[in-house]
Amino acid sequence: MLAVTRGSFRVFRLLLSQQYRRRCLRPQSVRPIRTLQNFKWDRSLQTFSSRTLHTAVAWRGPIVQFKLSDIGEGIMEVTVKEWYVKEGDKVSQFDSICEVQSDKASVTITSRYDGVIKKLYYDVDAIAFVGKPLVDIETESSSELIQEEDVVETPAMAREEHTHQEIKGHKTQATPAVRRLAMENNIKLSEVVGTGKDGRILKEDILNFLAKQTGAILPPTPPFQEIQTPGPAPTPATTASAAMSTSTPGAVRPPPKTPRPVFTGKDITEPIKGFHKAMVKTMSAALKIPHFGYCDEVDLSRLVVLRSEIRSVTEARGVKLSYMPFFIKAASLSLLHFPILNAAVDEGCQNITYKASHNIGLAMDTSQGLLVPNVKNVQLLSVFEIAQELNRLQALGAAGQLGTAELSGGTFTLSNIGSIGGTYAKPVILPPEVAIGALGKIQVLPRFGADGQVVRAHIMKVSWSADHRIIDGATMCRFSNLWREYLENPACMVLDLK
Amino acid sequence: MTSSQLRRTFSLLRARTGNGQTWTRSLFMDSGSSSSGLVLQSQSTDVYQNLALEDWIDAHVDLQQRSILLLWRNGPAVVIGRHQNPWTECSLSAMRRLGIPLARRRSGGGTVYHDLGNLNMTFFASRKAYDRQRNLKVVTEALRRLRPELDVRATDRFDILLNGRYKISGTASRLSRRSSYHHCTLLHSADRSALSAVLRHSCPGIQSNATPSIPSPVTNLVDHAPSLEWEELLGALVQQYTREFDLRPASTAVDPSNESSFPGVGSLAAELRSWEWTFGKTPKFSIKTELELMDEQLDAHCSAHLHMEVKNGQVGSCRLDVPADWLPLQLSSQLSDVLVGERFCPHRAAAAVTELLRSESGQPHTRLHNLCEAVLAVIG
Repeated sequence: MLAVTRGSFRVFRLLLSQQYRRRCLRPQSVRPIRTLQNFKWDRSLQTFSSRTLHTAVAWRGPIVQFKLSDIGEGIMEVTVKEWYVKEGDKVSQFDSICEVQSDKASVTITSRYDGVIKKLYYDVDAIAFVGKPLVDIETESSSELIQEEDVVETPAMAREEHTHQEIKGHKTQATPAVRRLAMENNIKLSEVVGTGKDGRILKEDILNFLAKQTGAILPPTPPFQEIQTPGPAPTPATTASAAMSTSTPGAVRPPPKTPRPVFTGKDITEPIKGFHKAMVKTMSAALKIPHFGYCDEVDLSRLVVLRSEIRSVTEARGVKLSYMPFFIKAASLSLLHFPILNAAVDEGCQNITYKASHNIGLAMDTSQGLLVPNVKNVQLLSVFEIAQELNRLQALGAAGQLGTAELSGGTFTLSNIGSIGGTYAKPVILPPEVAIGALGKIQVLPRFGADGQVVRAHIMKVSWSADHRIIDGATMCRFSNLWREYLENPACMVLDLK
Repeated sequence: MTSSQLRRTFSLLRARTGNGQTWTRSLFMDSGSSSSGLVLQSQSTDVYQNLALEDWIDAHVDLQQRSILLLWRNGPAVVIGRHQNPWTECSLSAMRRLGIPLARRRSGGGTVYHDLGNLNMTFFASRKAYDRQRNLKVVTEALRRLRPELDVRATDRFDILLNGRYKISGTASRLSRRSSYHHCTLLHSADRSALSAVLRHSCPGIQSNATPSIPSPVTNLVDHAPSLEWEELLGALVQQYTREFDLRPASTAVDPSNESSFPGVGSLAAELRSWEWTFGKTPKFSIKTELELMDEQLDAHCSAHLHMEVKNGQVGSCRLDVPADWLPLQLSSQLSDVLVGERFCPHRAAAAVTELLRSESGQPHTRLHNLCEAVLAVIG
């Protein structure tokens, strides 16, 4: 088509750029065409074809200096307190740019233009002057609204679609972060209903849109189509719920209603910090301990009856009574007979310390993670006092206010994982302790009674783990039997209560 | 009141029992005349709900044609300004002990203590009509009419001083693109001892560029005019407001927790309650301080240096310089390590350090425990 020499390229490019500028439709992404530099000009022009006509040559629009407007009351200078954008961010009209403060007034500065932030004139805590430039915004080359042609939806086109963000002259408002989320998921903003101010599209709207169309939003590449066709193997939960799925309704069990992670399509790597880093260290140390496990089941039928009888009494005293106070007290009574389970060993397993206090820890699931506060000196407390202390610890745990006093000094731990679910478990000993018990959930199961008849029994499974360097199976077994006896016959507990 | 005014007030009251939303619409869109204003009294004493209501009105009501006065009060709470640092402004441990919550408002300015003896007034207006001195004139004139013997004056820093010395009112405001609000406090009968217990810093050694509060001696109105009743004060303020802005009085009680009247107010309140807003919005700061360590068993002492950088309420970096003969360097660096990335909060740090302590025993354990306690005391 064009027999051009290298030299005349520059001139030609200039001519073409002006032609493009007139024809291009408000491109927001800058796509420098490097191929202009070489002889493959003709071919690349053709391959770009329709795409280039719509976006392509976004030769820089005018850079506008956005000045800090008058605040009122004769104020001439303000302090910049927080930036909501950084250089390179795309902004639309009315997006917040920064927060400034002047004389007890906090002011949000919003953008007057659409474009890309090119320069921030001030750092945080700097003084900005009214009437002087605050940011530089690179606006689009033409400022009037341009109609967008109907285009065929291909993945590449979809990308261009987002950068335009305009349908038939109607502007869809959304912050740069929301637009990015939409673009990553190939969502057309025009299809999302905005629930924010002035019909603005918020992040929640995108997430709701995603939740409704989990299957449909992924780009139609061949691998995906395979997943779409119903196969004999169980399909993953997300595709199972896709509208296009033709698998038989009962074939896949509906997924449980746990908060589903929203698919954003990218692996995220972040360093392990803070509390979790400390947990890594603890658990690594814990697994150096040779664990052995021992499991059993406990018939709590009599305890259930006892608790239902005295619950009203404790509630009258303002304390909620669960089964845990009984489990904890029974453990302490048993530890009196088997003090080796309430001991600690040092680093090299050279010395063993028999702890005098029974500080029984209770594994608690909090927003921060697994915390183990302990009840101090259980050997001195009554069941009611233990219940009171548990209430207090639970309140602190829920409020995220457990301190070192509550969290340190434990000598033995019980983990009531059964409150969430499960039967048998394999708990990990928390150093420097030497034993731990995990309690499963209480189930009503058929068992044979004394007279050989089948009766309803409240059964709970318990799983103990102990440090095999100093504790042997027989000790653990006898301890567990004693603990079980106290709980199966609460009357025995009354006999031995201290 | 004329019969038309009466009819309007009654129609407002009647409409309230119907659909909450239509009531709000009629309340805010009633354009009887261009000079109609609104006086609202909040029925809630929850600081987060009231602040959320302010945000809601600022965002949803067209203030170009009308102005609004909102009267509210809260149960005991400490309210810090938008760009302030709670660790320098108030004692978080004292507040925890007394059960006093912390809130960060969206307007600038300094820290105040609120309780049921403190009246808050918010003047909503369009950006163009923003005039703080005029609003404060409403307060000073109202007080002058009520108790002419009191010398009440507004300063050029927008405080109101009683008898030229004691501060009875502080101001803060927020300007958006088209609207504005200016709110101020008024000390009627607040608990002064609680005020002084909580308005002191939590941590020593903080260096930051957050807006500092300027402490002033305060006093209650009832200390100087014991017969002044709360309702009397409210009535006088409403009257003066309508007089100053030439409005027809239309005072209504509002419930900020009513989602149908104020759709979206619940989520605004939830955002104000969140840790990310209250603490996470603190401008970055650093702490540099010396720690006194001791080993009781050996009766030995030692001094260590702590340097922490905190950004968005989370520890960005932590450096602990502890003499190597006191504690192995590896342990003190592990302690610094687990603090990084956690919220700057004594409980979060406590959970992390107690995990760390599990792996140690003997003398290192005792000294590490002592070091942890010292660091947690700094965090407050």
